[in-house]
Amino acid sequence: MPEKRTGPIRVLLAKPGLDGHDRGIRLVLRALRDAGMEVIYTGLRATPEGIVKAALAEDVEAIGLSSLSGAHEQHFRRVSELLAEAGAEEIVLFGGGIIPRKDAESLRTAGFSMLYPPGTPLEKIVTDLRAQLRPDDGSAP
Amino acid sequence: MEPSGRPPRTPAERWLREVHAPARARHGERREVFETSSGIPLDPLYVTDDDAAGPGEFPFTRGIHPTMYRSRLWTMRQYAGYSSPAETNERFRFLLGRGQTGLSVAFDLPTQIGYDSDSPEARGEVGRVGVPISTLDDLDALLDGIPLEAVSISMTINSTAAVLLAFLVALAKRRGIDPKSLRGTVQNDILKEFIARGTQRFPVAPSVRLAVDTIEYATAHLPNFYPISVSGYHIREAGATAVEEVAFTLADGIAYLEAARERGLDLTQVGRRMSFFFNAHNHFFEEIAKFRAARRLWATICRERFAITDDAACQLRFHTQTGGSTLTAQEPANNVVRVAVQALAAVLGGTQSLHTNSSDEALSLPSEDAAQVALRSQQILARESGVTDVVDPLGGSPFIESLTDAVEAGARALIAEIDERGGTVAAIEGGFIRRRIEASAYRAQVAIDSGDATPVGVSADAEIPESPFTLDPTVEETRRRALTEYRAARDPRAVTAARVELERASRAGENILPSLISAVEIGVTLGEIASTLVTVHGEYQGDA
Repeated sequence: MPEKRTGPIRVLLAKPGLDGHDRGIRLVLRALRDAGMEVIYTGLRATPEGIVKAALAEDVEAIGLSSLSGAHEQHFRRVSELLAEAGAEEIVLFGGGIIPRKDAESLRTAGFSMLYPPGTPLEKIVTDLRAQLRPDDGSAP
Repeated sequence: MEPSGRPPRTPAERWLREVHAPARARHGERREVFETSSGIPLDPLYVTDDDAAGPGEFPFTRGIHPTMYRSRLWTMRQYAGYSSPAETNERFRFLLGRGQTGLSVAFDLPTQIGYDSDSPEARGEVGRVGVPISTLDDLDALLDGIPLEAVSISMTINSTAAVLLAFLVALAKRRGIDPKSLRGTVQNDILKEFIARGTQRFPVAPSVRLAVDTIEYATAHLPNFYPISVSGYHIREAGATAVEEVAFTLADGIAYLEAARERGLDLTQVGRRMSFFFNAHNHFFEEIAKFRAARRLWATICRERFAITDDAACQLRFHTQTGGSTLTAQEPANNVVRVAVQALAAVLGGTQSLHTNSSDEALSLPSEDAAQVALRSQQILARESGVTDVVDPLGGSPFIESLTDAVEAGARALIAEIDERGGTVAAIEGGFIRRRIEASAYRAQVAIDSGDATPVGVSADAEIPESPFTLDPTVEETRRRALTEYRAARDPRAVTAARVELERASRAGENILPSLISAVEIGVTLGEIASTLVTVHGEYQGDA
């Protein structure tokens, strides 16, 4: 059981693969920061290896991936595998983009507990992350 | 139609006599008489402002052609591409068979960024968002059975635009067609990739250089080809407002004209072969005003800033695509109506060509059925609605003219701000343009999340339907095998020699199009060309 963390939630956001659509991830970046989280963004064309390396170096609690090019199966799954290899399965995985329903189901079994289609309210992502990573803060003002 | 032998009494009469009549004599009109169901005859133009220039007259607020859709409808050009060259060829034939009048090629991301389908960087991306084209044979397969001299071909390609143009010229030669007869467009607008779209491969300066190489080659050798389509579409999709879309697009246009002038090109020639690409978004009247304002502002910029005296070189001709980001994944059938309204705005704004999105595109690439409805929507507007019978039918409306003025003024002010920051490239590199777009995107998202601007049919827990399109999972492997065979069949010494020559021409600062064309003819691949260019120019290093 990993020790309970306190303080600001630390998140890595990344665009794996060649996709250049970053409107969504930049909105999420801003919303998470506005909510008081510490967020690192890789920029475009991150590799799964680079993402996991950055996540470990930055000691993040969650990784958010975005893909609108249809390459999520390849890249999201690889990030999850590399995290397992590094023994860092406790890092929470979430993702967003144009992800068909059946892919979403299979990615869920690979550890992506939260997948957000276009049109998701930003507040929902903030709330979900807090609920998962700081469940005891719920009663705090 | 108009009395002769005496001076015209009204502005409409003057326009009819001096501008419309000669154009009609040249191009003809689709009908002898245009009239409503009640037999009310429709004039080509209705005029309320005695001082305003008419369609076909500088600064072209009311349109670039005097007869507009009375002579010729816009080109119906649906963006398509996926899986493999052969499968995309089938979709092209399907669309042409249903009355589409031009082709528009969507390339996959590896092709757009300069990786062959068998490159490690291409893993998982081959054939996903477009068709993979790594070799001249691939383009040949893509355009199999399509007459290059008769169908205009638009290619959404930027970092590797020069390579795709080289493929196309080489293909024309292979088929015994004079490249001079090629019609079409390469997008070749690298600046907006840095701003909003993200397929840049080389740093900014050599990227612009490559763009100018393509413009220079095409203006000299391909008289019917548009070597650039300066694009606001993606800037808008990234979150910009209508005013920002106009401002940033025209600012990019200014940067290209400046680069062309620095190269010593004739700006009249370049201006005549420039084209633009805009979004048709939700606010119906603002979108119509946007197109009109963009035309007027661009014409003024060409004349005042660049001292171009030729009117045709100051005309803003443009393609439009309906707004992809306005589509909803929930209740996707509703998107048919959104697309129809947006397309109508583009037509009332005087577009030269149009892509209408398919209703299922928030879910995946479009199904064949949805692609057909999208094309049919254009045909219904063109043939059934009657909006094509009068030129700039809303011109002169106080509301539309006032909105046009306001969009123009807003865009003009933003361009002045970019000038103060040292010009477009400096404003891109300093992050000014991105920050503006991001702020607008955030405002739009807040409005949606707060319920002020939530799209119809969208709710927090509504079901999202299954995607209609699935990519054949064997595509990547098939492509890899085919490329291995292709490489093995080449003369390796000739390939090396061609790459050495390309590198020499690049380092010498020559126009690289001639060496690109020779290279692709002997089998050098797109990925090999891009990596040769990377050794010369380096790679763009992120924006995080």
